[in-house]
Amino acid sequence: MDGLKGLAWLLVFQCAGEAISRTAGLPVPGPVVGMLLMFGGLFLERVRVPVAACADILLANLSLLFIPVGVGVMTHLALLHRYGLRLLVVIVLSTWIGLGVTALVLHALRDRPEPEAADV
Amino acid sequence: MSDFVALWVYLSSSPLFGLTATLVVYLVAQAAYNRSGHAPWANPVLWSVVVLAGALLVTGVDYPVYFSGAQFIHFLLGPAVVALAWPLWQRRAAVRARWGRLLVAGLVGGTAASVSAVAIGWALGLQPDVLLSLAPKSVTAPVAMGIAQSIGGVPALSAAFALLTGLVGALSGKYLFDLLQIPKDTQGWTARGFALGTAAHGIGAARAMQVHSEAGAYAGLALGLQVLLGSLLIPLVARLFA
Repeated sequence: MDGLKGLAWLLVFQCAGEAISRTAGLPVPGPVVGMLLMFGGLFLERVRVPVAACADILLANLSLLFIPVGVGVMTHLALLHRYGLRLLVVIVLSTWIGLGVTALVLHALRDRPEPEAADV
Repeated sequence: MSDFVALWVYLSSSPLFGLTATLVVYLVAQAAYNRSGHAPWANPVLWSVVVLAGALLVTGVDYPVYFSGAQFIHFLLGPAVVALAWPLWQRRAAVRARWGRLLVAGLVGGTAASVSAVAIGWALGLQPDVLLSLAPKSVTAPVAMGIAQSIGGVPALSAAFALLTGLVGALSGKYLFDLLQIPKDTQGWTARGFALGTAAHGIGAARAMQVHSEAGAYAGLALGLQVLLGSLLIPLVARLFA
């Protein structure tokens, strides 16, 4: 029951986000505005308890939610075939650059010295 | 035999088919992923997509028919983005103490991913509309499509680039971080997760959430931050160069 209430709250905040994003003409999509609103909403216990139950299930299965779009991309591979190997090179290299740069920046800015946790 | 054909024609054209197939294939892929000890190559998105796309090609079921059922799952992406507020809220004190460096990392990392994609693509002689479609590739697919549209790229190409980017990140991130000697303490997991969310959006974040809760929370934050930064900055930069 809490999970269902949580879903209802998530949808209410998404609707509010869509409404704000559209009426204010923001370039930021509705669900992201909804996420910012939800951060405030979670301070209320009657929102937090059900949303926590639903969010844990949704986020644990986030992978599932990308499958419908992914299948669409795979069935339209002809679109990518035209550019072939060059595209693959671009995507792989730029993803590694993005991952590496982000992780190294945060690693360089970390708090030191930190009491070293046992290596896991 | 013709009874079977009639039944198959009925089932395969109803939304029930796409929804059932997606859930069942995902659960099997997820079970295999768990059994592999969360090995990156066993990524459940990758294998589910490969199996389902293969099944559609073999059976000749059109994608729109499949999507009429799968859309019920696709729809949950919206509430899931709103739900990303929860892991963040739980760590609000830590996030507040570090927001400056997180913003710097998201800005620098997101820029590096986008600029390097366009630059390498340009060096390899890709056409301008493909280059513009590459710019938002580290932003989650539905938003990347909107950005591509606004700067003169091809939305369908952007969705494909975003998906492949997410898979590359989820599959290879662990090895790259190990190579760069990013540690596996709390701050190391923060860096790994945040990097996955920044450069490999939702599919990277999904991987991070399954590997480590700290990494998952910061991946969610990074994903949201890239949506904000990408949808504000990419159209602005594109206008400067236009």
